[in-house]
Amino acid sequence: MQFKHTRLDRFILVLNNILLTLGVLLVAVPLIYVVMASFMEPTALLNKGISFNLSDYSVDGYKLILSNAAMLRGFGNALFYSAAFAFVTVAISVFAGFPLSVEGFVGHKFFMTVFVITMFFGGGLIPTFLVIKHLHMLNTVWAVIIPGAVNVWNIILARTFFKGIPKELSEAAKMDGASELRIFFNIVLPLSKPIMFVLGLYAFVGQWNSFFDAMIYLENAKLFPLQLVLRSILIQNQVSPEMITDRAQVAELKRLSEIIKYASIVISSLPLLVMYPFFQKYFEKGVMVGSLK
Amino acid sequence: MKKNLDYIKKNRFLYLLMAPAFVLTIVFKYLPMYGVIIAFKDFSYRKGIMGSDWVGFKYFSKFLYAPNFELIFLNTLKLSIYGLILGFPVPILLALMLNQLRKVGAKKNIQLMLYAPNFISVLVIVGMVFIFLSPTGPINKLIIFFSGHPVNFMSEPGYFRPIYILSGIWQGAGWASIIYVAALAGVDPELHNAATIDGASLLQRIRKIDLPTIKPVMAIVFILSAGGIMAIGFEKAFLMQTALNVTTSEILPTYVYKVGLKSGDYSYSAAIGLFNSVINVILLVFVNFVVKKLNEGEGLY
Repeated sequence: MQFKHTRLDRFILVLNNILLTLGVLLVAVPLIYVVMASFMEPTALLNKGISFNLSDYSVDGYKLILSNAAMLRGFGNALFYSAAFAFVTVAISVFAGFPLSVEGFVGHKFFMTVFVITMFFGGGLIPTFLVIKHLHMLNTVWAVIIPGAVNVWNIILARTFFKGIPKELSEAAKMDGASELRIFFNIVLPLSKPIMFVLGLYAFVGQWNSFFDAMIYLENAKLFPLQLVLRSILIQNQVSPEMITDRAQVAELKRLSEIIKYASIVISSLPLLVMYPFFQKYFEKGVMVGSLK
Repeated sequence: MKKNLDYIKKNRFLYLLMAPAFVLTIVFKYLPMYGVIIAFKDFSYRKGIMGSDWVGFKYFSKFLYAPNFELIFLNTLKLSIYGLILGFPVPILLALMLNQLRKVGAKKNIQLMLYAPNFISVLVIVGMVFIFLSPTGPINKLIIFFSGHPVNFMSEPGYFRPIYILSGIWQGAGWASIIYVAALAGVDPELHNAATIDGASLLQRIRKIDLPTIKPVMAIVFILSAGGIMAIGFEKAFLMQTALNVTTSEILPTYVYKVGLKSGDYSYSAAIGLFNSVINVILLVFVNFVVKKLNEGEGLY
């Protein structure tokens, strides 16, 4: 149903559209700029900036990056860390969430208290670092995957999800003589794919974009995830000489470093930006259950 | 007691499932909490946590009387308070604006675009900031075109906070608006229809219908972000810090990192970290108390 708007209302609605368009441009322009710059010929980019002349474009930046061992290894490592971390986090969350959802579970209050306290208090950087050091986990992949794997929010979300599964299902199974073990694996888990998917997606994205744990716990450059490789390129301005194949002159390095930065931004962000429109509704669902429950 | 033991015996499996989360929490969350006592000791790795000598509040007073204490403390406060004040309203405004869009398709596409930066890593965002704001970057090309003098943004302490906060809004505001958009979608359209018939203008309806609807959500988001005031995005400040902007970019968490992991002064660093957390908890309790007063008893807890 449409009502007649007052003139002021119509003015506000028009203004609203203009402002939203500006907002979208504000977000889109820098992203488009980066993508366009990454495809430019380095000298043209340096001298003219973004141009719309087709002859100024090349894929040199991508060629350099894709021939760079550190970058490729970082990509592979990030993929592995993210997948492994997502798997471990989801497993731990549903494993811990299930007992907490069982009615009459002895120790419910104790376990919940133990978990929830860690949401408000923590040891901080140095004591945590010392624990990892004591366990001889420094410079191993475990330091990146394990310490952050217990996420109290995820456990609470899993528990809430399990509680929403109709009781009749498990009661009927119990009648038939099924143990809690069977109920969990044969009834609850198959029904929990949506929550496992959402939790896994979040864990994957989070790990893909993180660098700090890897930075403080890893020393061996062979173990570095993509973000750490990016850090040396983007933040510390260290384009490694191995990237410039021969005659690595300073000028050449400088000429190419800009293009390498743009291309590496695209390479690292592309996987998430490409998959995100397909998963948008799951991400939104994640925000909603995470905040309202 | 006997009954409980029987239950545990009978349902061993449930406790087995619980074990990984429980053990990892004890090891990686509670052991570090215990480890905090090194803030009150002269920790030496050779003697261990137990064996090191007690020194009481030595490291706390060392920090409180340190010449750079005031600077770091105020930097932390300013960065977070400005960030909160400037960043908090933007997602709300965005949501109210998106809510006015009638075409569902357009709304979806705009949201898709506005959410995108959230999926770019903080590191890449900072990298983009460095590229765009570098003396030869696109922003400075524009500045030169219009006025002539390039600005060296990243080495000017005065620019650190605006850049930090604005880039944060650029990255996060769209995503943060989701929860308000969802709350607004729950408003009964009949309410708006009735109000329009009664002659309410658009702004009146926003003020009397939309805003009250999202008020509880606003309160909770505000408490949570205020509670995290001292725990602000350490990673971003750390990445944006340059030798030249350190007078504004040094905040408690970056200092903890420097003192602890760079200089290996474990006890001192742990003391500063603990100081930071204690203030955090106090702020959370305080803000929750104030919001409860303003929000008819509705707080986080």
